[in-house]
Amino acid sequence: MEHIIAVTVENKFGVLSRVAGLFSGRGFNIESLSVAPTLDPSMSQMTLVTSGDDRIIEQIVKQLNKLIDVIKVVDLNETEFVARETALIKVHTKDEDRAEALRIVDIFRANVIDSSPSTYTIEVSGDPRKIEAIINLLQPLGIKELVRTGRVAVAREPIRPAVAAKKSARD
Amino acid sequence: MKLSGAEILIECLKREGVKTLFALPGGVVLKIFDVLHQQKEIEVILARHEQGAGHMAEGYAKATGKAGVCLVTSGPGMTNVITALADAYMDSVPMVCFSGQVPTSLIGNDAFQEADNVGLSRPCTKYNFLVKDVNDLARTIKEAFYIATTGRPGPVLVDIPKDVSQNQTEFVYPSSVSIRGYNPTYEGNKWQIKQAAEAIAKAKKPVLYVGGGVVFSGASQELLELAEMTQIPVDMTLMGLGAFPGEHPLSLGMLGMHGTYCANMAIHYSDLVIAVGARFDDRVTGKVSEFCPYAKIIHIDIDPTSIRKNIHVDIPIVGDCKAVLRELNQLLRATVNGDQKELRKPWWDQIRQWQTTHPLTYHQEQDGPIKPQHVVKRLYELTKDRDPIVSTDVGQHQMWAAQYFKLAKPNRWLTSGGLGTMGFGLPAAMGAQAAFRDRLVICIAGDGSVQMNMQEMATAVVSKLPVKVIVLNNRFHGMVRQWQDLFYNGRYASSYLGNTPDFVKLAEAYGAVGLRAERLADLDGVLKAALETDGPVVVDVPTYPYENCYPMIPAGGCNHEMILEDPPELKKKQKGGGKTVPEEKDTVLTA
Repeated sequence: MEHIIAVTVENKFGVLSRVAGLFSGRGFNIESLSVAPTLDPSMSQMTLVTSGDDRIIEQIVKQLNKLIDVIKVVDLNETEFVARETALIKVHTKDEDRAEALRIVDIFRANVIDSSPSTYTIEVSGDPRKIEAIINLLQPLGIKELVRTGRVAVAREPIRPAVAAKKSARD
Repeated sequence: MKLSGAEILIECLKREGVKTLFALPGGVVLKIFDVLHQQKEIEVILARHEQGAGHMAEGYAKATGKAGVCLVTSGPGMTNVITALADAYMDSVPMVCFSGQVPTSLIGNDAFQEADNVGLSRPCTKYNFLVKDVNDLARTIKEAFYIATTGRPGPVLVDIPKDVSQNQTEFVYPSSVSIRGYNPTYEGNKWQIKQAAEAIAKAKKPVLYVGGGVVFSGASQELLELAEMTQIPVDMTLMGLGAFPGEHPLSLGMLGMHGTYCANMAIHYSDLVIAVGARFDDRVTGKVSEFCPYAKIIHIDIDPTSIRKNIHVDIPIVGDCKAVLRELNQLLRATVNGDQKELRKPWWDQIRQWQTTHPLTYHQEQDGPIKPQHVVKRLYELTKDRDPIVSTDVGQHQMWAAQYFKLAKPNRWLTSGGLGTMGFGLPAAMGAQAAFRDRLVICIAGDGSVQMNMQEMATAVVSKLPVKVIVLNNRFHGMVRQWQDLFYNGRYASSYLGNTPDFVKLAEAYGAVGLRAERLADLDGVLKAALETDGPVVVDVPTYPYENCYPMIPAGGCNHEMILEDPPELKKKQKGGGKTVPEEKDTVLTA
């Protein structure tokens, strides 16, 4: 089963290769991996998408925790979470296709962030299914280049009873 | 006052209580050696090969329980020590290795003797550092020792570029370390320990399965108390030998691939396995799906990743063996009542029956070739009163040493378990000898293994490390030959070593004493002579080359299905004590 694992690590050189080395050395699977510094510049946040049965995921979480540069590991699948991915898609646009491309952009609430006489570069964010869907629609026009960030995710904040009560009172 | 990086390094080592450094110099570490040369507190043992230096540090660590320290140069120095680092990582040996690196300005330039030391050692160290600024050096060294010796111990590498050892800065040694991503758990979860105590009280056929974790944790006393209080039999892993007295009536000896019949039968038919500081290695479990089919499993280990890695565990307890066993004993003292001996009688009757039907056995003919097991047994009997430290290489002789040399105390057994590094024995013995100059240190080696680090005999002679090396010389890579006999129709592909060197002359060439026991009648005399010699000794004992090590669980086999003796066709082939002319061309008989 697919799991999204949020890993907080020390922001120093070599940490990425320690994490990557752990996955390759133990035969675990990485589907995507994104890293960027957090608010605290001494730490980075990694979002790892991986898959495996419960035993493998347990090992992945434990092995990540064992790495000395890893500060915190959260298997987001244990709670509710939201995940997003961004893609930049450069499509060929013949004159007659340019309007169709813009319509698709509109439907998916995507943006055209660069344009040339024969191409549009489209930025789209969403869950992976949305990205897949827009790619499918744009494919007939001809996709010249495609880059995806891989997913980033955070756990949903639990709705505290007090807030819920206030809300229902207002309703 | 400002100190150079090299001076800071030595100052840090002194503060960490390092007395002995196993080292080999080279261009980028000359400054460090220069500083070492001008002080007396730390003794430098000059190895002849970096792998030797690494294994010496391991032997030192295993015998003392403290971190072993070695120092090597960049490039080939580093690549040579990798095997020792990997070995230490597999066997959780606390060790700090310092490597030289090309100056920071040249890193990445493919400079002379440059290697990516941190990259090379990443998968075989617990942690590693590249120190790019002399201001970080003292804190890094403090962290290195802290990481190497706490939690599940392991090797740590500190890579020091040439300019960092030359640059100067104020020396401040941090008094404490705090690493936010590294907080080993020492105290076990109380609720889980209570579950364990209840499971022990209920069990009819429990077995203690103890490993190297008990040795490193210093939990032997607690283990002894637990076993005696509850009358539970003790199986030891290869790494756990010495954790429990080998001659104790509750000891069943080693379990696993070449473990004793009763140790393997007991764990297979047990209803409760209490694993302490052991990691369910494949040489212990055999076929995982059929491992301990009737048992509930309690697993005590300081490393959470060891738990449920290979085997489903019912009661996991993450913590230091000593702390957890102490807590467990406390609970059991309050709850265990009645005569435990009486309670365990049916289980022990069964175990004694296994012990008597299939004890460890070999057949030594008075006028036949010397059997390797007999050498180990005699060596044990001749030295047990002297509380020796025993190192081994890897192979048949290692298994025989594990079976027949019954150690009474922990930290006496130096062997390469996880990685199975041939060539480990001699330098490891020397490392232990460097820590304990007055004690008897014996290396039981094979003729194949010992040649892998034979060059260290030069170090033993020059550094006056009087190790006693007993070479069980069968002119084969014996374990390989055994597998070929059992699983490859006796085709000895590259396992016959032919003319092994004359170990007596070789020892003498190094300036050591060489002795040989040709016949059984000479054996005791020669061994005694070796033990009474002051300096390092190599004893060459030509042994029966076709002796196989039993019991044996074939790889992937199940623990209760052991091969106990040579299959009939093999016996026929070996008839005649190894002196008959072989029927097959590639069967070499030379004894």
